[in-house]
Amino acid sequence: MNSVGEACTDLKREYDQCFNRWFAEKFLKGDRSGDPCTETFQKYQRCVQRAIKEKEIPIDGVEFMGPNKDKP
Amino acid sequence: MVKYFCNNTDIRSAWDHVVSAFWQRYPNPFSTHVLTEDVVYREVTVDHRLLTRRLLKKTNRLPRWAERFFPAGMSRSVYIVEDSIVDPVNRSLTTYTWNLNHTTLMSVEERCIFQDSVEQPATTQLKREAWISSGVYGFSRPIQEFGLARFKSNQVKSMKGLEYALSNLQGEAPQRLLRDTVKDASEKAREAAKSLASAATVPKKPQQYV
Repeated sequence: MNSVGEACTDLKREYDQCFNRWFAEKFLKGDRSGDPCTETFQKYQRCVQRAIKEKEIPIDGVEFMGPNKDKP
Repeated sequence: MVKYFCNNTDIRSAWDHVVSAFWQRYPNPFSTHVLTEDVVYREVTVDHRLLTRRLLKKTNRLPRWAERFFPAGMSRSVYIVEDSIVDPVNRSLTTYTWNLNHTTLMSVEERCIFQDSVEQPATTQLKREAWISSGVYGFSRPIQEFGLARFKSNQVKSMKGLEYALSNLQGEAPQRLLRDTVKDASEKAREAAKSLASAATVPKKPQQYV
């Protein structure tokens, strides 16, 4: 799957692979030892956040689960 | 006026598999309308829940009659935010998804809750709700009808895509993992209560537009 930042796709895939393994083998099993993906995540984020700014995607400041607040 | 939709589905896979597949469902043969996917925020809370925000870009193909609402040169693709919380202790995944742009034309919000089925072992139940509204003066009803029809057809693709990702994870050929327990009586009741005796023309049932 491609990233919204064309230059970020490889970094995204590297991070995704790390995350998917950690998620199934550690997180879901309650293993709270450290997250091995921090570094690849940060590299990927630097790239994708820059792409978001360049493309002026209006995601900044949008509250987490924002619209869910006024739903029953 | 908002159109409300709700249905329940049983997925014949354990919750752990469903949640793992949730992260890996793009791309799939049914998701050609999803152009990009990015995780833009992620955090494990002190109580061991996983918070994630994904940003998706999707195509936005419209029927001809709706194209007039797009000024020439306006970007067609839609940016969508999907926020989610995985709670591995209580075994629930809650997602909230909505579009960031083109909101005057149509706003679609969707909430999904994935939990272990109460009745069946090794089965996950999904409760899906949506709220669809349009702010276009004089055309909000046909636009909302279109939006609801497109939402329903996209949900079929979404479930097929999840099924596909699940079968990849489990190393099997895609099988019927889904059993629909559609309960949309509440949706019908709400529509009846909210429908106006309006003279607005509703276009004939649209093709599959994504």
